[in-house]
Amino acid sequence: MSTTTDEKTYHGLTHDQIESFGAELDAIRQRVIADLGQADRDYLLNILKWQRGLEITGRALFYLPPAWPIAVGALSVSKILDNMEIGHNVMHGQYDWMGDPDLNSRMFDWDTVCPGEQWKYSHNYIHHTYTNILGKDRDIGYGILRMDPDQKWNPYYLGNPVYAFLLMVFFEWGVALHDLEVEEIVAGRRTWKDTKHLHRGLIRKIRGQVLKDYLLFPALTGPLFPLTFLGNATANLVRNIWAFNIIFCGHFPAGVASFSEEETGINEGTETQGMWYLRQLLGSANIAGGKLFHVMSGNLSHQIEHHLFPDIPARRYPEIAEEVREICERYGLPYNTGPLHKQLFSVAKKICRLALPGGQPKEADVTGVAPAHPLAA
Amino acid sequence: MSIVADATGRVLRSRLAAALTAPHGVDRYLELIDPMLAAHEVRARVVEITPETPGVATLTLQPTSTWRGHQAGQHVLVGADLPASAKRTTRAFSISSAASAPGERFTLTIRAHEEGQLSKFLVHEARPGQLLHLSQAQGDFVLTESPATPTNHRLLLITGGSGITPAMSMLRTLLRDGYDGHVGRKVTFLHFARSAEDQIFADELAAIADADNGVDVHLHHGDSLFSEFLLRRLVPDFRTTDTWLCGPPGLVELVTDAFGDSPRLRMEFFKPATARVGRGSDAVEGEVSFARSGVTTTNNGASLLEQAEAAGLKPDFGCRMGICFSCTARKTSGTVRNVLTGEESAAPDEDIRICVTTPAGDCHIDL
Repeated sequence: MSTTTDEKTYHGLTHDQIESFGAELDAIRQRVIADLGQADRDYLLNILKWQRGLEITGRALFYLPPAWPIAVGALSVSKILDNMEIGHNVMHGQYDWMGDPDLNSRMFDWDTVCPGEQWKYSHNYIHHTYTNILGKDRDIGYGILRMDPDQKWNPYYLGNPVYAFLLMVFFEWGVALHDLEVEEIVAGRRTWKDTKHLHRGLIRKIRGQVLKDYLLFPALTGPLFPLTFLGNATANLVRNIWAFNIIFCGHFPAGVASFSEEETGINEGTETQGMWYLRQLLGSANIAGGKLFHVMSGNLSHQIEHHLFPDIPARRYPEIAEEVREICERYGLPYNTGPLHKQLFSVAKKICRLALPGGQPKEADVTGVAPAHPLAA
Repeated sequence: MSIVADATGRVLRSRLAAALTAPHGVDRYLELIDPMLAAHEVRARVVEITPETPGVATLTLQPTSTWRGHQAGQHVLVGADLPASAKRTTRAFSISSAASAPGERFTLTIRAHEEGQLSKFLVHEARPGQLLHLSQAQGDFVLTESPATPTNHRLLLITGGSGITPAMSMLRTLLRDGYDGHVGRKVTFLHFARSAEDQIFADELAAIADADNGVDVHLHHGDSLFSEFLLRRLVPDFRTTDTWLCGPPGLVELVTDAFGDSPRLRMEFFKPATARVGRGSDAVEGEVSFARSGVTTTNNGASLLEQAEAAGLKPDFGCRMGICFSCTARKTSGTVRNVLTGEESAAPDEDIRICVTTPAGDCHIDL
């Protein structure tokens, strides 16, 4: 591979390099898809068993007041597994190939107030297609936060850390209301009526979730109603905090790039598969950790691999990660990863920094092919 | 069903149970305890497998209590997670036993087709204990009479090959429920099989033929084809006789010709298990039909999404690059190629992402 100095590059790579980079990733994809089978099925069924077992355990232990912390813990873990390793991944279509209607992306719904149907639109389609393109990917700041220096500052953003904190606490509600694009309604670019098709689904889902966690299960424990109510609320809160942090570490630590519509060519249809892969890579970040940590994060600790291959079962991401990292090294591309505390700190810093005007330029640390180039942090 | 089981069932199917287990549903929790427990879904355990002829076996199934029973002549969708691929394959099979009551055992008599993964698995590899996923019994090819003959005047069953199973269910139901033909209501059972060795239920049919029950059994093997002449000799007024027909396309064609526009003929036929396989990677041919909208276009090699749009349809879509699954649709038959993987598939009733799928030859999409 050689780079002529006058050839136009895109994020440090020439056209040919991007295409061969893309071809290498395609090859990984093909290989994994051809290899899907019993082990993947068994894994998912096993996680499901754990999730449902923990849920039943948690709900049952609320009848035993001294076990309250254990009940909350079990229910929290159950909700985390349900939302992340199961819900997120199943609704991505990662297990559609099994032909099991219960685990099909079109049928599955998860244990949060956000209707799966609506999430699939805003997440699988909008976020995963237009990843980190300002003005297209509504996951950049979720319409609430300033998460990118290229988002024009205004005094509202002084509250950035407060909004982030609130979004963390009420994360499932934030996700549920995401599709309504409330900020667009406030700005007058969209009317309440435009969101009418979403209302019924939202109301039905919210009613079901609230009824279950805040009325029926507490009522079934009789005099322990307040404790069970509090326990369920705590489990939902724990899940919210965990999910928020994993997801923010996957997209907003230092070194993650954002893109303009013009440079990607997305509107003209000139973005190639290779360019798309590159954008996914530069727009995501991983979190290093142990096996249990990866499971609890729904393998979104491998956000890079997830963004490259959103429809491949997430349990495959760790094995793919080795190869992706090696490819990035050869192309001199950054592979953004670090332990949870480091990524968390980086995200928190960004949230606070961007509350104020200015901010660092959007480019990631990409220099093009330079075999000796150290991995960008 | 016992009173206790009945009450339990009612609780499990209640709105309270649904609310408590939302959004997943009661069955997702019951299956943890025992796959044979279900409140809504139907599953079954294979309890016995009896070989009939080489390549044909009868499976006795114990369904969950959710099984609502079946009428003679109906079929059921059977799904199994095939061990080789970890994929669930679902196909329709006729029920061969007499009409069943809710929760009652029934049998399927299955021929292992060369290209039928599920039928081969069920006949050759499945063992007692195998769990199957079922639909409720379905289909209106059932033992009822025309409004003009509200009682069982005279019945004619014409079958060929595997088409014998639903007719066998009808015959078994009649005999079990006390039919004896002594009031002049004859049953004529006319069946065509490739050879005597391929004749399933041979012993039972011989016993029925010998018994004094008013059932005439006529088995034809080998080159003996159906003819109107033959039928006229057996049942002179066949056009006004309630008739059930089930068999391969050739037989169906001959019989429908003989019956003309007689409303007494009811029939059922199964589409072939596999469609024509695509021919190489650069062949662009065939017709694409979008079943729900009734539009058919000539395959131009573009993705099914583009071809649907060009035909004026507006299917759901998202990323248009195969990652978001917004455009997933059901292909009922035909061979298609996934442009991401190059993989070709001819499996019927398969969910595909139409934005990254091109048809290879004739193709039917539920859009």
